[in-house]
Amino acid sequence: MCGIVGLFIKDKALEPQLGALTNQMLATMCERGPDSAGFAVFGAPANGKAKLTLQSANADADFKGLDATVSKAIGAPVDLKIKSSHAVLTVPEDKVEEARAAVRAAHPSISVMASGTSIEIYKEVGYPTEVSKRFELSKMTGSHAIGHTRMATESAVTTLGSHPFSTGLDQCLVHNGSLSNHNNLRRELRRSGMTFETENDSEVAAAYLTARMNEGMNLGEALTKSLDDLDGFFTFVVGTKNGFGVLRDPIACKPAVMAETDQYVAFGSEYRALVNLPNIDKAKVWEPEPATVYFWER
Amino acid sequence: MRKIDLAKTTLRELNEDLHRQSEGANETDWEIVNSQGFHAVAVGVDAPININIRGSVGYYCAGMNKQASITVHGSAGPGVAENMMSGNIRITGDASQYAGATGHGGLLVIEGNAASRCGVSMKGIDIVVRGNIGHLSAFMAQSGHLVVLGDAGDALGDSIYEAKLFVRGTVKSLGADCIEKEMRPEHLKTLDQLLAKAGITDVKSSEFKRYGSARKLYNFNIDNADAY
Repeated sequence: MCGIVGLFIKDKALEPQLGALTNQMLATMCERGPDSAGFAVFGAPANGKAKLTLQSANADADFKGLDATVSKAIGAPVDLKIKSSHAVLTVPEDKVEEARAAVRAAHPSISVMASGTSIEIYKEVGYPTEVSKRFELSKMTGSHAIGHTRMATESAVTTLGSHPFSTGLDQCLVHNGSLSNHNNLRRELRRSGMTFETENDSEVAAAYLTARMNEGMNLGEALTKSLDDLDGFFTFVVGTKNGFGVLRDPIACKPAVMAETDQYVAFGSEYRALVNLPNIDKAKVWEPEPATVYFWER
Repeated sequence: MRKIDLAKTTLRELNEDLHRQSEGANETDWEIVNSQGFHAVAVGVDAPININIRGSVGYYCAGMNKQASITVHGSAGPGVAENMMSGNIRITGDASQYAGATGHGGLLVIEGNAASRCGVSMKGIDIVVRGNIGHLSAFMAQSGHLVVLGDAGDALGDSIYEAKLFVRGTVKSLGADCIEKEMRPEHLKTLDQLLAKAGITDVKSSEFKRYGSARKLYNFNIDNADAY
């Protein structure tokens, strides 16, 4: 089944509550996916800085002294904030790729979950409420967030197989459904230079959109194009640095409900996920149409 | 009147309580508050009672209903009134996918829009939708009536049997073996009765078109192989 939530804030006054609201939304979706959970939060970018969200199964050993190692390797000051099995490494914006290479060289067991100026991704195996508690989702602030509770179908229950998937700077995707042509697409995307961390079908969808955007399409165009090339069932919710997109396949079996007020746009796999949002009683609530791209930007 | 607050009472307790009601029950009026999008609210009721649900509901609300009149003052998730046998169900907001699926009888009224597969495999239920309906509605519909005041999505009535479809707005496309049919006086009369039962007085039956089965796919015929 899987459960998806997403919250895109339009009114800055609501930004301090982003984490708390997303946390409530995610909690109601536990029943749809008890295997693992994850969330992406887009926070305020620091001037000239970029962030890499790192994850390691041996966090204590791997993160110890990593800031000094990376700093030396890239020749610039860095900052490392550890949160359980994850850590956020802040580096100068033009040193992202060097920092990524330095991390890989120092500790091959570290995974880079996301990179960009505003995105942070936290995801782990475990019951969703435990995962969000572990990474203190309710305390996070920002402009938009996307969360996922996973019921594993196409690939194993692992940390890397959890959603969201991030395959480009400040990009992420969560998926409910299953793709039937992901192996072929993965081969084609590999040939065009994309790299993959997992055998997961949803990572292919994320990489597909990244590849199209690298070719110059905006998110809306990339989502429209995906209707031609992706085969299977899907409801996608996608985040970019300043955008929030939703797409369902033409059959649209996978559930989706959206709500919009002057303050926010929200997405839930079920209406239950939305009931605690402010002024939900007055919101415009609707079911997104199949094969129709919905997209907001700020 | 019995008032049940789902913030305090569990769904299981509510449904067990409703299942204890029967013909001649004394508690004929029920109000359910704080429905919060819960699943399976008021499922399997078999008693001539009135139930008002204040707020939106999740999956399968009022499924398998017999005799009861159930109103959802809000929107309904997937599968509302699925396999309903008799009674009345009214949704004041929108309904999600497969509303009234496989229903054998009774009347389902949706005042907003219904999503895809509305009335899929309907077997005698009457469904009246004031707004629009999504794609593949009345797929394999066997009997009963689907009345739509707005527009219908793609592939209306795909592989339909004997159900009668009335649409006032546009139909994006018709499914396999579904065709537009003549509106004869008996159809206008039936439609008038359905609209009256649904409490709709501001539209005329003459504004609708009728759709139904061309009956080419009932028995396999090699000449029709392309249509399957």
